[in-house]
Amino acid sequence: MQQFTYVINDPLGLHARPAGLLAKAAKPYADTVVTITKGDKTVKATQLMKLMSLAAKNGDEVTVAAEGPAEAEAIAALKKFFEENL
Amino acid sequence: MILIQGKGVSSGVVKGKLYFYERPDTTVVKTTVDDLEAEKARLAEAQAKSIAQLEALAEKCREEAGDESAILFETHAMFVEDDDYVECIMETLDDEQCNAEYAVEVAGEQFAQMFAAMDDAYMQARAADIKDVTRRILNNLMGIPEGGIDSDEPVILAADDLAPSETIQMDKSKILGFATQGGSGNSHTAILARTMGIPAVCGMGEALKKDYHGRLAYIDGDEGTVVLDPDELTLTALKQKYAEQQERKALLETMKGQEDVTLDGRKVNLYCNIGSPDDVNAVLANDGQGIGLFRSEFLYLATNDYPTEEDQFQAYKTVAAAMGGKRVIIRTLDIGADKQVDYFQLNKEENPALGMRAIRICLNRPEVFRTQLRALYRASAYGKIAIMFPMITSVWEVKECKRACQSVMKELAAEGIPFNPETEIGIMIETPASVFMARDLAKLVDFFSVGTNDLTQYTLACDRQCNDLGKFFDAHHPAVLRALKMAADAAHEAGIWIGICGELGADIELLPTFLAMGIDELSVSPSSVLPLRAEIRKSIAQTCTLELLEG
Repeated sequence: MQQFTYVINDPLGLHARPAGLLAKAAKPYADTVVTITKGDKTVKATQLMKLMSLAAKNGDEVTVAAEGPAEAEAIAALKKFFEENL
Repeated sequence: MILIQGKGVSSGVVKGKLYFYERPDTTVVKTTVDDLEAEKARLAEAQAKSIAQLEALAEKCREEAGDESAILFETHAMFVEDDDYVECIMETLDDEQCNAEYAVEVAGEQFAQMFAAMDDAYMQARAADIKDVTRRILNNLMGIPEGGIDSDEPVILAADDLAPSETIQMDKSKILGFATQGGSGNSHTAILARTMGIPAVCGMGEALKKDYHGRLAYIDGDEGTVVLDPDELTLTALKQKYAEQQERKALLETMKGQEDVTLDGRKVNLYCNIGSPDDVNAVLANDGQGIGLFRSEFLYLATNDYPTEEDQFQAYKTVAAAMGGKRVIIRTLDIGADKQVDYFQLNKEENPALGMRAIRICLNRPEVFRTQLRALYRASAYGKIAIMFPMITSVWEVKECKRACQSVMKELAAEGIPFNPETEIGIMIETPASVFMARDLAKLVDFFSVGTNDLTQYTLACDRQCNDLGKFFDAHHPAVLRALKMAADAAHEAGIWIGICGELGADIELLPTFLAMGIDELSVSPSSVLPLRAEIRKSIAQTCTLELLEG
């Protein structure tokens, strides 16, 4: 498993649009499970509603983890995604 | 006169008939079905159709209102397919052996409630998105066609509240403005109205009666009002506002997308001055060709402590990325004088305008300077950033600034952080000293930008903050214009470009003088771009003279 932590840096937090984009960004790694954790709640990155239900706000720390054959690739792509969009 | 007060969420005044939007009856009745597989097939068909519609809407929206609004519909399309949402529908179908409509409605309500219960105003507002998506699937299940406006003439669209998919699929040429009983400044209708540039007033509650359907009304998005049967005084004010707005609009329409070029082919770069990343929208809306002055002070003024490198980097990057490949000139911090920040703990001065300010603070506090330069260079990897130093008086200052840049670039290179080593460096010409030294300074930098407000203050020994100087404070003073000419000549001799980012840049009276001097760039507030463009396009540079420089 690979993972990184990220502090949300967007005034609106992980809101609908970035959540939608994030779910899309996590989709190509079919055999690899990508999860987002905030506090004690963990959801799959491809589940849009669950992602939004995390209510990750500006300044919140989330952990992005990937488990599976493409984990390195997924983590690299998502790291870039968070830096550019959140 | 009937005056309905709401909240103005998109600016503008318009007169038209109120049209109350009627939503078709979509009451869902629960029935028991025998053939569950057929019901699931109907559902799959409705989902596929919904996704196709949403994708088409996203496409349409991308052309009409830009990327931001389009992403909303793409997100909606993802809602339709969301694992949890679909699972919830399927569970109801299996458990209750019911019709697909009922299962979809149950799922929609469940998820909308989940969002409505969240401790976050933005997320609560997303309940509307879920309802909107649910309604779409239901409409497709029930064979209800996508709605429209049944009127030959354009109308002010009134409604309880409008869902984004309802507004986007309407014929825009038929909508003059939006008036809603519910909604907020965060609602999609508000965002859409602003992007479309039409007035919108929301939150009028029951005062906006359905009985008003068909009545002639004025909507004022600035005051947040809808007025029926206005009295004479109100009517005159509304009419005047409308006329002014039409004038601006007409100018806007013809000037957008036009080149900033004189009749004899002289190109001027028409850029904008901004004070925060939020202002970029106005730059793009007014077709500014770049950013000639991004005041970085907002980062320092808005906080109680020095902004971090990361905070600054994000702000600069956002602007650079939003402007695409267009030039974004960011001025390093310019505090002191009239802009005081407590945590800098500057000594109280008798004459702050002549004291410790701008680049002087940076050169005295290398750590503060270094943090900002690191953020700027990091952001340079994401767009066409240029760095500009304010309040320069001497050659040694510029050399020291450049050394600071070199050392930051070396650090970033060693850390493997991307940056653009070709990032342009320029200086503000705003002191008489910089004018006298312009020929030497021009050899060290890529561009000059004249801050006319300070140049006027320092050249004429007139305090900007002092209001009673009247005729003595004359920005058109030949001394100021001669200083500008000297700087322009020095710049051109050295083969670099020169711009104006002070208030004089937008002064249409001085445009011929600037053209005669060969000023290469004018940076003005976003709302001044189109009027100035209109003026540039009417000018003939060759016939412009320097007569205003005569004493």
